[in-house]
Amino acid sequence: MSLRSDLGRVKGLGSAKAGVHHWRLQRLTALALVPLSLWFVASLMCVFKASHAEVVQWVAQPHVTVLLLALSIALFWHLTLGVQVVIEDYVRTPWKQVVGQVLLRAGAGLGGLLAVVSILKISLGLN
Amino acid sequence: MAEFTLPKNSKVKAGKTVLAAAGAKRARRVVIYRWDPDSGENPRLDTFEIDLDKCGPMVLDAIIHIKNDLDPTLSFRRSCREGICGSCAMNIDGTNTLACTVATASIKGDVKIYPLPHMPVQKDLVPDLTHFFAQYASIKPWLQTDTAPPDRERLQTKEDRAKIDGLYECILCACCSTSCPSYWWNSERYLGPAVLLQAYRWLVDSRDEATGERLDNLEDPFRLYRCHTIMNCAKTCPKGLNPAKAIAEIKKMMVSRTL
Repeated sequence: MSLRSDLGRVKGLGSAKAGVHHWRLQRLTALALVPLSLWFVASLMCVFKASHAEVVQWVAQPHVTVLLLALSIALFWHLTLGVQVVIEDYVRTPWKQVVGQVLLRAGAGLGGLLAVVSILKISLGLN
Repeated sequence: MAEFTLPKNSKVKAGKTVLAAAGAKRARRVVIYRWDPDSGENPRLDTFEIDLDKCGPMVLDAIIHIKNDLDPTLSFRRSCREGICGSCAMNIDGTNTLACTVATASIKGDVKIYPLPHMPVQKDLVPDLTHFFAQYASIKPWLQTDTAPPDRERLQTKEDRAKIDGLYECILCACCSTSCPSYWWNSERYLGPAVLLQAYRWLVDSRDEATGERLDNLEDPFRLYRCHTIMNCAKTCPKGLNPAKAIAEIKKMMVSRTL
């Protein structure tokens, strides 16, 4: 029960003046992922039967390293933006919302870092 | 989390059956959601078997016939009976639409009628639209200018006038907003397709001078960006409008002012 006016309730805390950046990044990462994913799947098919040494050699090529890094970053970024919206949509309890968003960023951030470090390690021959 | 099952006191039970089609050549069963806040009972589905020859052709005619001749306690809104006031918006045969523009004969099987989905129900087919109209008021749906009022009409080119075609026809029946899952889950903050279409109607009006302030007011992860282009709004609109496109245009305006 609240005696606040309907308009007052709708106006709430006002506009967050945010959302454009998120919207644009989600679309840009989606666009980037189209060619990167196609390239990645096609490349995997090519190196599918290759030996471990051959795959390491393939990853170590500069253009492959760069594309793999771009794919990893775009993928984890896009994943974070997408799951963030799902949590915002469906999780209503404020503390669960905060915990969910923090866990998402921690998980996706560490996952992305792990991918980047692994690719660099192979590429730079730090075995 | 969002609730996916109805609370115990909202579960819909079977109601009464009224047979009023004895000897009818065109008998039809109309199943209507009923709920009376004063009775303390759960909602129920009442079935009325009616003679289509005793009422007009539209679903609204059928429920007016039921109210007049079979059950005067049936509550619903109606006014113009020609698709321009938006009062008789309800969920008919699984789709939000206007009872006055749907022919009963066009529906296969029983005619199932519910109030607009996911809104508080006041009684039977009457939803509480208070919040919906407060959201409409929040976008300031009137012409805003800083320039001193002219001595005559505010002029607009034919091309600029054409930009509000497909927008000004909205009658605020709330069919689109109440068909939108995003609005179901987040209506306290998401403005919903109807109000955003109306917002775009003023954003794109060449005579309006508050475009920036209007965009500022909408620039919010919830108010605008809860639209996930599900497109139920465009599918259900009884006036054939496309709120999803209007929302996409607002998003384009948002981006274009940062470029």
